[in-house]
Amino acid sequence: MRPPTDPEQPFTEPWHAELFATTHALARAGAFTWADWTETFVEALADDAAAGGATDGSTYYEVWLGALERFLVARGLAGSAALDELKQAWTDAYLTTPHGAPVELDAGRVTGAIS
Amino acid sequence: MGHDHDHDHDHAHSLLPPEPALRVRAIETLLVEKGLVDRGAIDEIIDQFSNRIGPQNGARVVARAWTDPAYRQRLLDDATAAILELGFSGLQGEHMVAVENTDTRHNVVVCTLCSCYPWPVLGVPPVWYKSSEYRARVVRDPRGVLAEFDLTLTDDVEVRVWDSTSEVRYLVIPRRPADTDGMTEDELADLVTRDSMIGTGLASSPADA
Repeated sequence: MRPPTDPEQPFTEPWHAELFATTHALARAGAFTWADWTETFVEALADDAAAGGATDGSTYYEVWLGALERFLVARGLAGSAALDELKQAWTDAYLTTPHGAPVELDAGRVTGAIS
Repeated sequence: MGHDHDHDHDHAHSLLPPEPALRVRAIETLLVEKGLVDRGAIDEIIDQFSNRIGPQNGARVVARAWTDPAYRQRLLDDATAAILELGFSGLQGEHMVAVENTDTRHNVVVCTLCSCYPWPVLGVPPVWYKSSEYRARVVRDPRGVLAEFDLTLTDDVEVRVWDSTSEVRYLVIPRRPADTDGMTEDELADLVTRDSMIGTGLASSPADA
């Protein structure tokens, strides 16, 4: 196997990889077309640039994340309250799980958030 | 390091990921629970792009084109099919187009609107490719941008900029370096850099590799 041409990693943060892969997996599963998603993402990048966002690409995945949240809500694939609740559930899970133990969500809160 | 973390004190619990990571977790949890996507499918894509899909794939394509004239012609005629011959295919069925550098034309690829990129052959784009600075400037002043990549082209070389879309992705076939006549396809692939396939660089010479 040939080594990479330079030491730059494909993803600088694990969540960049999660976000990239989740978006691709959703499109592949038919939740939306890539072209539809791109349209939303292009607008978000243009808005960010117009608002004086970073020009060096450093906030690219932050813009992607905000655009995906809005896109999923607009398409009726996710509720914003459910996303907020699940984010809080993950936060609580990290804060209450002892270091070294697997971090797991409270199943009741997951059910509550999506119902 | 300023100081050692005190694990008995403020890190007794698991380290809280950054705020955006928690938002991504929320999206994943919701969509997996709703059955819109598989956790396994997400992990598979992460693995592909972290470990298996990258510029090494494009380098195989270019090295084959350099050594096999019939393959080169197929690549120029129908890049999607020719790339698939080597086992590389797209995530979203994107259409691939190969553009060949010559002694009078140099090709550069950009996505002015976002960051469309030939994933199957180059993997995830570098940060600079995604920057609004590159996206805006390479169209207006390609020679100036290339000079910043230490690539200076003489005036008799025309620079052609290709703007990718969600449907069409471009792969630059760089020129084969001099003094590579006896080299094998594997050896040649080692000379094909990521940037040479975007057009912001040239293939390495055997002396540099």
